[in-house]
Amino acid sequence: MNRKWIPKITFWRLVFAAIMVMGLYVTYIRLFKGLGASTALSDKVPWGLWVGFDVLCGVGLAAGGFTITLIVHVFNIKKYKPILPSTVLSAFLGYLLVNAGLILDIGRPYRIWHPLIMWNPHSVMFEVAWCVMMYTTVLSLEFSPIIFERLKWKKPIKIVKTITIPLVIMGFILSTLHQSSLGTVFLIVPGRLHPLWYTPILPLMFFISAIATGFSMVIFESYLSRRAFNKRLELDILASIGRVVLVILAVYFVLKTKDLYNRGALKLLLDGSHESKMFMLEMGFGVVAPLALLSVRRIRESQGGLFVASVMVVMGFVMNRLNVSITGMMRSSGANYFPSWMEIGATMFLVAAGFALFAAAVKYLRVFPEEKPAAEPAETLELLVPQRRTPHNAGMAAPVGE
Amino acid sequence: MQKGMLIDTTMCIGCLSCEEACREKNNLPEDCDQTDLSECKFTKVFQRGDYYVRKMCMHCIEPACASVCPVGALKKLEEGPVVYDENKCIGCRYCMQACPFQVPTYEWSKALPRVRKCWFCYDRVLAGGMPACAEACPTGATTFGERGALLLEARKRIADTPGQYQAHIFGEHEVGGTSMLFLAAVPFEQIGFKSNLIQKPLPLLTWSVLSKIPDFVLVGGTLLGGVAWIINRRMVLEDERINEAQKRAQEGTDDSSSLKRFLDRFKKN
Ligand code: SF4
Ligand code: SF4
Ligand code: SF4
Repeated sequence: MNRKWIPKITFWRLVFAAIMVMGLYVTYIRLFKGLGASTALSDKVPWGLWVGFDVLCGVGLAAGGFTITLIVHVFNIKKYKPILPSTVLSAFLGYLLVNAGLILDIGRPYRIWHPLIMWNPHSVMFEVAWCVMMYTTVLSLEFSPIIFERLKWKKPIKIVKTITIPLVIMGFILSTLHQSSLGTVFLIVPGRLHPLWYTPILPLMFFISAIATGFSMVIFESYLSRRAFNKRLELDILASIGRVVLVILAVYFVLKTKDLYNRGALKLLLDGSHESKMFMLEMGFGVVAPLALLSVRRIRESQGGLFVASVMVVMGFVMNRLNVSITGMMRSSGANYFPSWMEIGATMFLVAAGFALFAAAVKYLRVFPEEKPAAEPAETLELLVPQRRTPHNAGMAAPVGE
Repeated sequence: MQKGMLIDTTMCIGCLSCEEACREKNNLPEDCDQTDLSECKFTKVFQRGDYYVRKMCMHCIEPACASVCPVGALKKLEEGPVVYDENKCIGCRYCMQACPFQVPTYEWSKALPRVRKCWFCYDRVLAGGMPACAEACPTGATTFGERGALLLEARKRIADTPGQYQAHIFGEHEVGGTSMLFLAAVPFEQIGFKSNLIQKPLPLLTWSVLSKIPDFVLVGGTLLGGVAWIINRRMVLEDERINEAQKRAQEGTDDSSSLKRFLDRFKKN
């Protein structure tokens, strides 16, 4: 098995290096030649891929962090403790993506701190800026014990541990606020955003879809880490996350349908427009299909099935954010937009950097529990679990918490 | 008092004097996009059917652009103008996205770009004068004055010459009212105006959500803090019970098999 990996890794390393070089070049052009030279944006389409993907999706993909920390630390459901480090890490990386995306996207990146001293509480963007700053801090604190552990620094760990609960609560509130606020951002464009997406409950929809995606990212990352490092989570935890995703998706689907019905927008689904097709694709691929998959027990309780479903949820989520920020705005803007190669290149650069950081963390820090070398990753439920030793079928009678 | 301008599209002859006056007044360059509002055009006259229609910043009474700006770089002034402070702007371009009329434009080609838009010639208005474009208009299609007085004037024109005007003053109620008021002979959507604008100010839509944040933070924080405290307290009590049970077990007064089961439930902590 290991043999097979070696050439593959070198190939991917080459790709990775190429993406890095391209990314640095694009960053240079963007910062020194301006947005016009690097993007396809215009006065009519002022927000493109960098806002739609790097910012909106980066924040959303990070949603696993605040939910899992709350479940483990405040509700004391220790069953989920093993996934804590990976969710906090991906949340942290998601936020780095957001911050890096913002630095590329805003016209004057060196003024990114302005919202600290120039206040406009009426602006959603102001609130988002504050949340991003504070939550990035909270996340780095939440993740720091894993680094301190590696460095064998006892004291800082102790300090962080004593403020864990306030940190977690703060993180939860900040996240709730700005996951939904990213939806609120679009509340001010009622006449412009296509009615399939514009709804007064946009903040709620953004929040719910972010949570589903956050959990799906846990499954996704666990699967990839297993493929790459033989480090992963126990299947019955993943399966129970799958169940949670299933429920959240169902809620999302019902809310979305009811909302379309309430606003009399259901008929727009069948008008054959570009928007309706994109909407169907987003909902069909990202919500309905994973709903169907996850409701089959055999799929929900297999690594492969969970992986496929979680990838679909994540992609559906990305489609949703791009649809809201780009597709849905296109008709009313009176212009066309397709990202320039540099916009795509910079995004690939940031995502690749995120993957690399994640991989490095998994390799050198205790992000996932170590697997017993003997346990060849077969689809078995009886793998080593450091937190608790109950066999899988006792999953219902969780030993702690209640 | 709020100033405004009344733009009577039935009187505009398309001479472009306003465009020219604005360009001179604001030192606008000429080497960029002239087909719509842009970094070198704060106002533009479009031919729409038999009529000429000026496009410019509407100077909304409750401007979406100013409400969304995270750093308050855009501001609605008492006198009416919505002005821009380029030293604050971080370039997020939310103003461009939020403006219902797609007015603000950006200096895309510059490394250190600014947002550009009509500023109602605030320096002139402040000094008691009128904007360059209004001054340059030879026919009186663009007139400057108090918004209230202009509304009366517009209503008078509609009443005096029935049949010549639509009984609608664009800007009176659109998005909560704008400082720029338009009159037209044909329905406004026929000459390129948006017809799907809501009547209340757009910032209310976001403010109704944003204003709940302080409550949410306080109530949510207290609630979660309380939940954490209660659950934690229960854990402590359980620990105590275990300890007690252990002690009793050592004294040999308890049924050890049930104790063992009990302990097993908590051992993994
Ligand atoms: S028209 Fe647009 S740019 Fe002008 S004040 Fe209104 S929202 Fe702002
Ligand atoms: S681009 Fe500048 S003026 Fe416009 S909202 Fe952003 S910071 Fe404010
Ligand atoms: S008010 Fe001043 S800046 Fe605005 S269009 Fe007229 S001349 Fe130009």
